[in-house]
Amino acid sequence: MTTLIIAEHDGAAIKPATLNTIAAALKIGAPVHVLVAGSACAAAGQAAAAVAGVAKVLVADAAHYGAQLAENLAALVVQQVRADASYTHVLAPATAFGKNVLPRVAALLDSSQLSDVTAVESPDTFQRPFYAGNAVARVQSKDKVKVLSIRTTAFDPVAASGGSAAVESVAAAADLGLTQLVGREVVKLERPELTAASIIVSGGRGLGAADKFHGVLEPLADKLGAALGASRAAVDAGYAPNDYQVGQTGKIVAPQLYVAVGISGAIQHLAGMKDSKVIVAINKDAEAPIFQVADYGLVADLFQAVPELVSAL
Amino acid sequence: MKVLVAVKRVLDYNVKARVKSDGSGVDLANQKLSMNPFDEIACEEAVRLKEAGVATEIIAVSCGPAGCQETLRSALAIGADRGVLVETNDVLEPLAVAKLMQHVAAKEGVEVAIFGKQAIDDDAGQTGQMFGALMGWAQATFASKVKIEGGAATISREIDGGLETLQMKLPVVITTDLRLNEPRFITLPNIMKAKKKPLEVIKAADLGLDLAPRTATLRVDEPAARKAGIKVADVADLVKRLKEEAKVI
Repeated sequence: MTTLIIAEHDGAAIKPATLNTIAAALKIGAPVHVLVAGSACAAAGQAAAAVAGVAKVLVADAAHYGAQLAENLAALVVQQVRADASYTHVLAPATAFGKNVLPRVAALLDSSQLSDVTAVESPDTFQRPFYAGNAVARVQSKDKVKVLSIRTTAFDPVAASGGSAAVESVAAAADLGLTQLVGREVVKLERPELTAASIIVSGGRGLGAADKFHGVLEPLADKLGAALGASRAAVDAGYAPNDYQVGQTGKIVAPQLYVAVGISGAIQHLAGMKDSKVIVAINKDAEAPIFQVADYGLVADLFQAVPELVSAL
Repeated sequence: MKVLVAVKRVLDYNVKARVKSDGSGVDLANQKLSMNPFDEIACEEAVRLKEAGVATEIIAVSCGPAGCQETLRSALAIGADRGVLVETNDVLEPLAVAKLMQHVAAKEGVEVAIFGKQAIDDDAGQTGQMFGALMGWAQATFASKVKIEGGAATISREIDGGLETLQMKLPVVITTDLRLNEPRFITLPNIMKAKKKPLEVIKAADLGLDLAPRTATLRVDEPAARKAGIKVADVADLVKRLKEEAKVI
C-alpha cells in the first residue's frame, strides 16, 4: 500500500493545500509519495522532501509540465501508478488545480473518484459532504486504486519542515500537445489568500455597490490582516471578483474568524464557511439565516457598525 | 460542427436536501426536480454557439430514469435540437456517466461537449474531465468565456486567484462556471416547440459497458449542526467578546 499525492506548487514552493492533503494521506497509514511535476521545479521538489511525513518525492521536470495542464499531468500520474503496483491511493487537494486534474486521472485508471473527502475512517472508507454540505456520506471504495480529492479545510496541515525524504527524478510522459496556455491573469494580492487565511472578512449584497464593498470592508480587512471574500449575490452584482466567492460552488473556507457583513446566509453560502471556528455576522435584518450559524451576531446597519468596529480594534 | 450538452436532473436549487431518518440517503420523494443549474449554462452556451453560426446541431444527453425526459425537454426549450436519454434506474457514478456520454459522443461524431462543472446534488465535479480522458480530448474546465472559430477554441477559465486562457484545436470538452453566461428564460412558445423535437431513448444496459458502482454508500447523515450563538449588544461588546471569550483577535 502506497499513497501518491499530486503536489500543487509554483515551481519554487509547495502550496499550503498540498500540506493538508499530505495530512489526510498520513491518516490512510501507507507511505506517502509526492509527485512534483513542473518545469524547472527542483526547488519545489526539495521543499516537498522537507515536509514532515513524506517518504519519497518524485520530480518530473519537463517543459510541457510548466503550465500545469490537466491532460499532460494526468498522463504522467497514470504512468507512475501503472509502473508501480504498490500504489493504492492517489490524492490531490480539492482546489481549482486538483479538481481540474484528478478526475482525468481517475477515468484513465478506470477508478471512481471521491471528491472533497473530509475524513479518513480506514484505508477504504471515507466521509464526504454532498448536497451543499446538507448531507454527509460514509463511502467505501472498492477500486483497486482509490482516487480522492481532499477538502483542505478538514485536515490540519503537516509541518513544512522536519522531513528528509529521498528525491527521485522520474521520466516525463510524452507531450500530448492538446492544449496551450496563452496567459494567466492572477491578481497579486496584498492580503492573505482566501483559502489559507486565518481571518476572512466577507461581504454580501447588503454592501449595495462595488465601491462600498471595497470602501467599507477593506479598512476592516487591513486592520485584521484578513482576506476578503464575498457571497454569490455580491459577485453576481459585480461588487467583487469571481474568485472571491465563498460557497458550495466557490471556495470552501474554514478560518479562525469569519466576519460576514451584509450577507443573509443562503444555504449555498453557509456550505462554504460553516466550518469556520468563530463566525461573526453583521446584518440589519435580525431574521437573516446567517444568525443561525453565527457565534456572535450584531443586528445593525453595517455602514455604521463596520467603521465603528475598525476604530474599536 | 455538432455539440453535445450533458444535462442532469437534480433536486431543485431552492429545495433544502433532507436526509432520510434511516440514514440511507437524501429523500427525493415528492420533491421538485429540475435541471442542474450549471447544465442550464451549458445549454445556453451551446445555443449561443449555434446562433453565432459555429455549431450546426445541439444534442442534449441525459443519463438516468425515464423522468429525465422532462429535463431533456427543458434543454430542448432552451434551444437544443434533439435529445438522447440513456435510460437506467441504476445508480450511476460520474465514471459511468462519462462512459455513457463517450458512447453517445462517438456515435454522433460531436466535436464539442459541454458539461456543467459540478452537479449540485452529488457535488462531485468529475464527469466532464472523465469524459475528456476517455475521449482523449483537450479539456477546459470552469470556463468563463468561450470562443470557437476555425476549428480551434480559445477559452478563459477560472483558477484560484484569477483567470487563465487556453487554446486548443477541436475536439474539446468544456465545463461551465457560474459566470459563463446567464441562461435565457424559457418561453411558452419554446416549450411548445420543444415538445415536437425528437427525443431518442437508449437503454444503458444494452450498451455492454461496465457501469457498476465502485463505491458503496454505507450511511448518510446530517452534518453536525452548528449552534446559533448570541446577539451582541453593540460593537464594543463584540470586540470585547472576540478578544476575551473567543480569543481570535
